[in-house]
Amino acid sequence: MLKDKINAVFDETACGHNQAKSLKDRKKGCTKVATPGAAAGGCAFDGAKIALQPIVDAAHLVHGPIACEGNSWDNRSALSSGSRLYRTGFTTDLNEMDVVYGGEKHLFKAIRQIRERFDPPAIFLYQTCVPAIIGDDIEAVAKAATEKFGLPVIPVNAPGFVGGKNLGNKLAGEALLDHVIGTMEPETTTPTDLNIIGEYNLSGELWQVKPLLDRLGIRVSACISGDARYREVASSHRARAAMLVCSKAMINIARKMEERYGIPWFEGSFYGISDMSASLRNIAGLLVRRGAPSDLPERTEALIASEEKEAWAAIDRFRPGLSGKRALLITGGVKSWSVVSALMEAGLVVVGTSVKKSTKEDKERIAELMGEDAHMIDTMTPREMYRMLKEAEADILMAGGRSQFVALKAKVPFLDVNQERRFAFAGYKGMVTLVSEIHRTITNPIFRSLREPAPWDPGCRVTPLV
Amino acid sequence: MKTQTDAHQENRNLPGDFVSVNPLKMSAPLGGALFFLGLDRSLPVFHGSQGCTSFALVLLGRHFKESIPLQTTAMSEVTTILGGGENIQAAILKILEKGTPDVIGLCSTGLTETKGEDIVGEIALFRKKHPEHAGIPVVAVSTPDFRGSHEDGFRDAMVRTIEELGEPSLAIVPNQVNVLAGSHLTVADLDHLREILESFGLDPIFLPDLSRSLDGIVPETFEPVSMGGTTLPEIQRMGASAQTIVLGESLRAAGEALLKKCGVPFVVVDRLMGMIAFDRFLVTLRHLSGKDYPARLKRERNRLSDAMLDAHFYVGGLRIAAGLEPDALHDMVHFLEENGAEVVVAVTTTDSPLNAHMGRERAEIGDLGLLERRAGERGARLLVTHSHGRQGAQRLGVPLFRTGFPIFDRLGAPHRLQIGYRGAMETLFRFANMVWSRDPENGPETWYPEEGRHEAETHSGNPDMEFVPVRFEGVSALNPATGRNP
Repeated sequence: MLKDKINAVFDETACGHNQAKSLKDRKKGCTKVATPGAAAGGCAFDGAKIALQPIVDAAHLVHGPIACEGNSWDNRSALSSGSRLYRTGFTTDLNEMDVVYGGEKHLFKAIRQIRERFDPPAIFLYQTCVPAIIGDDIEAVAKAATEKFGLPVIPVNAPGFVGGKNLGNKLAGEALLDHVIGTMEPETTTPTDLNIIGEYNLSGELWQVKPLLDRLGIRVSACISGDARYREVASSHRARAAMLVCSKAMINIARKMEERYGIPWFEGSFYGISDMSASLRNIAGLLVRRGAPSDLPERTEALIASEEKEAWAAIDRFRPGLSGKRALLITGGVKSWSVVSALMEAGLVVVGTSVKKSTKEDKERIAELMGEDAHMIDTMTPREMYRMLKEAEADILMAGGRSQFVALKAKVPFLDVNQERRFAFAGYKGMVTLVSEIHRTITNPIFRSLREPAPWDPGCRVTPLV
Repeated sequence: MKTQTDAHQENRNLPGDFVSVNPLKMSAPLGGALFFLGLDRSLPVFHGSQGCTSFALVLLGRHFKESIPLQTTAMSEVTTILGGGENIQAAILKILEKGTPDVIGLCSTGLTETKGEDIVGEIALFRKKHPEHAGIPVVAVSTPDFRGSHEDGFRDAMVRTIEELGEPSLAIVPNQVNVLAGSHLTVADLDHLREILESFGLDPIFLPDLSRSLDGIVPETFEPVSMGGTTLPEIQRMGASAQTIVLGESLRAAGEALLKKCGVPFVVVDRLMGMIAFDRFLVTLRHLSGKDYPARLKRERNRLSDAMLDAHFYVGGLRIAAGLEPDALHDMVHFLEENGAEVVVAVTTTDSPLNAHMGRERAEIGDLGLLERRAGERGARLLVTHSHGRQGAQRLGVPLFRTGFPIFDRLGAPHRLQIGYRGAMETLFRFANMVWSRDPENGPETWYPEEGRHEAETHSGNPDMEFVPVRFEGVSALNPATGRNP
């Protein structure tokens, strides 16, 4: 059954990557099989948990041995404006006896205890490899618990070994489609109700965007899943339009909600000034088609104009310090070209950018921006990255936290632009923060000191005090 | 001799400032006492009213968490008018009745200096009158409360001690070096320095040596004198050293005194914190000793490099207001700026040639009130000063990094290592953790606050300073081209 599900999510008709493939390739699915000895990414369970955990008022219970939750809980910066229950680590912590006799009863009792002690509006139940192998049927347990306790218990069947993080995201989406979305009705609806899909509110990025929507009178009926409440997700099927945030990870939710509930959607990004503006325009356009006030596009343009002006003015102030500095940009989910254009606007020279997750059109945009010599990188090994930095081919590396130590050991400034980052980089304000952070790190004098030879090294120029 | 205007300038923030609000500095006699506490079996005595002694005693006790031997000549209204000579003699006799200190350090105070007492002369009189006590060294030092700060008193006591007790030597002991240790160095700093000097094959005599006296000694018996520190024979041997290393610009006069009396050449080291400064210090030691660098230091330097990289995410761009004595301030400011922080205001206590060279700012002589005001005006996000900065930090809503003297509301200040590669690493971690533990958690109104409301800062107004967030405002607060204030 899980296998069918996996095949189904791989054959994603709305996905640009998928459409471009031959029939044979399409059957293989879109996740690359991890190479033993050379894999660094997360598993399907990781992906599923990432996608759903930002539903902040729910309890997230991991059925498995301690590694799955014990080694990973509270490791991301998805923020909440209310409940903190989502950050509580719940796991069944399976032991040997559970493995021998089965963990279903253990799981059922765990659900009961969570209900008694925390009384959440819903419990998400995550399958992991060990109980999947021994045959624990979490779907049956979830069903029994839902009936017994009158509390939605949602099985998320994405044990780690079925694939990578991206697949886990999609399976989480399936869980929402199967068990959550459409199970409740909203208290009110408006002609401007919007779903935002695939935005996790990392470091509060949703709040760099939502206030602008508020000003335009656009109501976010559900963000799936950043800073979401269970009720909002469950009643999100009444929205007028949806935006899928720059990622193919939750495309299945967007497409199936259109099929089932007639909610039109578009794919956009909040990263980069031009992308942010384009997204606002698209949102306004879609909503007007669906009955929103006709002056919405006009008001949107006015807002874009003032926000852009402010952002460019702020970025311009960093130009003198950044002009001509070379940046190497290795990002995961972020659409590279929109960030590339913002960096170039700040005077930086982008010497290379990753295109691992970019589509063909994205690559064309990059070539357009960076010129014919654009250094597009599909995958880069840490060794290659180290070499490039050490040989001073870049002044700053912008990448995920995993590359941090590669850059720092090469004594090159580094900026974390992936999920564990401290700062929020979305929207207009976020892009200014990004440029300001680049400036802060690139102008730090420690890099000069660190390249000075030690007293005992040849070439040391320090003279004794006399 | 200073003119009246100079003295006025020295003690006030601005020509128009006539009130010191929340003092930053401590008195000169207290500095003198601190110096004498670093001599073995010594007893500092204040020539003043008993209150002069009691305040210093309590403050030293609160910082070191030790019982502090400190006596007073207990001047009264009558003895002040009639002259305090008899009180000095009575005090010394009483002290000798109770025990025999190796050194008595007599510091004058504001009271007795105003009266115009000549304490050096009084000691001469005592010598004449009591030849039976000729063997007891008494060092008298003029430390009027109304001149300078505790850094000055510390130096003056050192100069006088060298003048009184230093002995010229015909023979030079190779590898023996004098280390004149400034009041800004902690017990841990001194221990670390001793190890490093020894690893270069040098045989150091520290003057004073607080690492042996205020080192958390738990004695078997009660002693009314300091229990450890530089011994009298060590002071007498200093004249035979090959070299003097003066740690702190404020002590230059002490180096000169030793040169004058005993002919020992000196080198002034004004910085020991951070990689660049310590590189230079080690190069100097190698030059003096001719010995190679100890392997251990290579590892420590590597660790510091790594710590600088890890900490720069937190310390870089951090706007800091610092208030310390000149030597400590100079070292701290340069250390912070080398690590990417911006010292937006530097306030100090007393005149020093270093005051013109405090990073990008010139140090202003002033008080914590000035520090607080400037910190507010210039958007400082962290305060660096002693424990008395806590009220200002709270009013500003910024965290306080405690350093210097006194630290009376935290344990372990004397055992904090600040110098050398290792001290720099530990200090950087403290700064970074202070910032990190206050990372603001963004909220729905962080970027676009609702009309009529203040910028949403989830934790502002929380009196518990552990939760005051540190924000970086690279965008609005500074000119990015230069990294300076607009």
